[in-house]
Order: sequence, then C-alpha cells, then structure tokens
Amino acid sequence: MPSITMNRIRNKKPTDLLFDATVVAICILIFFIVAYPIYFIVIASISDPTYVSTGRVLFVPKGFSLFGYEQIFSDSRVWIGYRNTLFYALFGTFVNLLLTLPAAYVLSRHEFKARRFLMFFFIFTMFFNGGLIPTYMLMRDLSLIDTPWVFIFNPLTVNVFNLIITRTFFENNIPHEMFEAATMDGCSHFKFFSSIVLPLSKAVTAVIGLYYLVWHWNDFFTGLIYIRNYDLQPLQIVLRDILLSNQVFAEGAGSGGTGGGYAQRYADQVKYGVIIVSSLPVLILYPFIQKYFEKGVLIGSVKG
Amino acid sequence: MALIQGTNTETLPKAKKATILNTLRRDYQLWLMILPAIICVIIFNYIPMYGIQLAFREYDFTAGLTGGEWAGFKYFEQFINSHLFWDLIRNTLLISITTIVVGFPAPIALALLVNQIRWKRGKRILQTTVYLPHFISIVVLVGLLNVMLSPNTGVIGLLLAKLGVEGNLLASVKAFVPIYVLSDVWQHVGWNSIIYLAALAAVDPQLYDAAKIDGANKWQIIRNVEIPAIIPTIIILLILNMGTVISTGFEKIFLMQNSLNLPISEVIETYVYKTGIVSNQFSYAAAIGLFNTMINFMMLVIVNTIAKKVARISLW
Repeated sequence: MPSITMNRIRNKKPTDLLFDATVVAICILIFFIVAYPIYFIVIASISDPTYVSTGRVLFVPKGFSLFGYEQIFSDSRVWIGYRNTLFYALFGTFVNLLLTLPAAYVLSRHEFKARRFLMFFFIFTMFFNGGLIPTYMLMRDLSLIDTPWVFIFNPLTVNVFNLIITRTFFENNIPHEMFEAATMDGCSHFKFFSSIVLPLSKAVTAVIGLYYLVWHWNDFFTGLIYIRNYDLQPLQIVLRDILLSNQVFAEGAGSGGTGGGYAQRYADQVKYGVIIVSSLPVLILYPFIQKYFEKGVLIGSVKG
Repeated sequence: MALIQGTNTETLPKAKKATILNTLRRDYQLWLMILPAIICVIIFNYIPMYGIQLAFREYDFTAGLTGGEWAGFKYFEQFINSHLFWDLIRNTLLISITTIVVGFPAPIALALLVNQIRWKRGKRILQTTVYLPHFISIVVLVGLLNVMLSPNTGVIGLLLAKLGVEGNLLASVKAFVPIYVLSDVWQHVGWNSIIYLAALAAVDPQLYDAAKIDGANKWQIIRNVEIPAIIPTIIILLILNMGTVISTGFEKIFLMQNSLNLPISEVIETYVYKTGIVSNQFSYAAAIGLFNTMINFMMLVIVNTIAKKVARISLW
C-alpha cells in the first residue's frame, strides 16, 4: 500500500501537489471560520462570565456556570414565546402542506390545460409583490392584525419554491402509466392523490414540511409587523428583546448597560444561553434531517 | 412506440371539441384541488398588488385598501424632494450590489473547492458544517454578531482591539456594509453551494479524461472544464438573485441598525416600516415602497436582458 501511494504522489505534477495542499489548507480554514462562532457560543454559555468577558474562554469552557440557563428557565417571556412559536410552526406547517401538496400535484399533471398559465400565476409572485404597506392594509382590512391567524395565512403560505420542488418531484417519480391504470379501475384524482401519490411522496413531503417548519420557527417579520399584544409574540421577538434590545432580565432591573460592566457580563451569559435554547430544536434535528434539506435543493434544481 | 401512442389516443375523448366547458367538466377535480392555493395566493399576494394604488391616493382609515381621494403623484414628489431621498436610494443600491458582488461568487468558489476534496468523510463533515448556519434565525445571527464584536467583551472585538482596530464596529458607518455582507456570506455560502455541486457532479467524465490526456493540470481543468460546465446554472441563479436581493435584507438591516450607523443603514424598506407601520403615514410609505419594487424589477429586467444577449439564457 505505501508504495502505491508513493507512486501516486510521484506521478503527480508538482503544480498539482501544491494545488492539493492549498485546497486542504483553505478547507480547514473555512471549517474553522464557520464552526468556531457556533462552538464558542456553546462553551461560553456554560463558562464563568468573568472569564468569558475577559477573553479567557477561547477553546475550552472555564469555570463551569449555569447562571444563564437558570435565568432563562425562570423567565416566563421565553416560555410564552416558545409555546406560541411551537403552535404557529406546527399548525402553520400543516396548513402550508394542505395547500401546497394538492396544488403541486395538479401542476404536475400534463393533461391539465391551465397548467402553464397557473405556473406563471404562482411564479409571478416571486418577482413582484405589493410591498409592505399594501400587505399590511390588507391584513388590517381582514382584521388579522393581532391574531394568531396572521402567522398561518400570509403571502408565504403557498411558498412558490416549495411548490416547484414538489411539482418536480411528482413529475419525475409518479409514472404516467400508474394514473392510467388507476382510472381504468374507476379511480378519481382525489383517491389517486391520497392513496397512491402521497404514500409514494414521503421524501418530498418531509423536505418541504421541514422547510416550512424552519421558516415558521425563525420567522421574525410577522411578529414585528402585525403583532402588538406581547402574549401573542413568537419566540424570535422575545429573542430580539433579550439579545438586541438588552432587556435581559425580565424584571427590568439591572438590564444590561445600566449596571455597568458587572451586569453586562451576566447579561451576556444569558444571551449565550438564550441563543442555544432558541436554536436547540433546529440544532438537535439538524444532523438527522440534513440530507433531506440537501435533497430538496437537488430536486428543485433539476428543472427550475 | 406505436403501442404507447395507441393507448394515449384511446383515453382522450374522441371528436369532442376542447371547449372551456368540456375541459372544466373533465378537470373539475383538479381545479378543486388547486383552488385553495389559488384563492390564498389571490388574497395574500395579488390583492396587495392592487393595493399599490394607495400610493396615489390620500389615506382614509375607513376605506382601507381601496384608499381615499386621488392624490396623483403628490407623495412621490414629497419623497423625491425630501432630504433623505438620495441617501436611501444610495444605501439601498450600495448594500444590495455589494451583497451580489461579494455574496454571489462565494458559493461558486466554495463548490469548486469542495469538489476537489477526494477524502469522502472529510468532505461530508465540511459540507454538514457549512450548511448549518443557513438554519440560524436572523435574530440569532445579529445577536451573535453583537456579542462577538462587542469591543470590551466579545471574542472578535477583543482580537481586533489587540490588532489596533479601535472603537465599536457595530456603531461604525464604515464597518456596516462589510459586516452585513460578510456575515451574509458566512451564513449562506454553504447552502448556496449545493446547487453548484450538483451541477459539477453532472459534468461529463469524458471531458475530464480528455483534459488529462491533453496534459491539463488541476487548475486548468477547473478553468476550462468545470467553470464552463456550470455557466448556465450561474446565469440562471444570478438572474433569480437579482430579482430578490433588495427585498430580502429588510429584517437583518433593521436588526443591525442603531442610531450611530443610521446614515448608512437606513434603506428604503426600513424607512417604509418607520413611516408606515410606526408613524401611520400609509400613503407616503406606500409611495416610497413602490420605489423599492421598481428598483427590484429594473435590476431583474436589466440582468435578464444582458444574459439573453450575451449567453442566450433568460427567464422568459
């Protein structure tokens, strides 16, 4: 074995060897640039804030402390936000799928005459929209402002990217002969869709379901524009208040800057913790569902 | 072949004219299945387009989306004559063009790089890692920037202080665009590279062999085989990105804003939010927002036209 490897190296051009070395070096650099901030947040959230703030926690946690997490667990805002977002995300994704999947099936049927026109009808909304104010006025006219409905029905309820991914999947994976055989047995489109297409499309349902779910989880815009009532606010708005508006402690006392460096140190500890707590569902699921996410891009890219 | 055609014609209704009524009768189930999505898109995407006319009317609380009396170009004139006009246009263009110029080639370079890795496991680990930041929320990303760049306590802040960069980067006018663009690259470069990796995987292996026989080194293979192979993907994605770049940045810019970096970070969308949603000047804000839509559409058309002329690739 070693001799073969040596031969292989000897056979290579010197420029290629240099090239390979550069590739490896850049890859390692990129790995650290991307991974380090995430890793740092994790170790900083369980280290003693005094060490963190003086820059002495770089690669390993120092002076174990769970102060940040204790604060977060006793903060009712975080839990209300968590509960709201969980509800919006699950119910929202359900509605998204309920609208997207049948529509994608219809658009995948070649015998459907209005197919091309309707495709244009959907794609047009990707490049042109009414803008913030007209959409806001619409929501107000429909009395959706300050209601949980606005998280579920909004301009992104039928996401065109997801629609295209699903349609492409149906086109490539549901054989035409199958439908013809089914119709001969008197099968309607409804029945064919629910008892044959859906069971064959678990992969794409998982992909776009996860896209929608992550989108709902990370949605900050809807809460910012349409919600005034704090009890309805999603997690991302609560996060904004803690992370960016520096309202770290629920009671308001000693919030960030006012208490000087000492309070700021502890406030930062809470911030590291809350970043972890809020991203936890996505981070835990990520390794298992990563290949589905990737698959979605690949299905979508086959035919744009 | 003949057999397949035979079965096809049999299933089609013979000698029936394809009138609208007939197609409707045949496809009513399909129409029923797509109707909820159509209604939803009409209500939440198309009716707001009609609402653009608010920009030409006086705002009337009771009339809502239909608007009050006709005001013509009054609010457009008001915006063009306002002292903020050129600043907003400049900031909007500056931020979106820099994002395209820096952020667009980055995933292409990354895909070419990752494609060079022969060690499968290492490649997998690198890919899994660089895709991850895509799923972090914008609030968390900006929070991350704040704690890391903080001049007294953040890791990068302390490092930069040692290197002699003084002051708070988050409050600096000069640093805003670089921080915005670089963090955007950090977050999305991996995810956006997936599509190019797929295009690279589809390159004909014979081309590689031919290049090797001609004595090409790796760098020459990248330049003469791989890049030409993914050019169509690059152009289509460039056009798609052009159409959406201006409207995607609102949340992040808004969250990164503070009173000190406002001269550079105030863009059309954030200003629309402040005048419209916060201060309730709806007609004025709708007029300003229309500028955003127009710039957006113009960039899309320009890039599409260039691509059509130069590479014969176009969206329509």
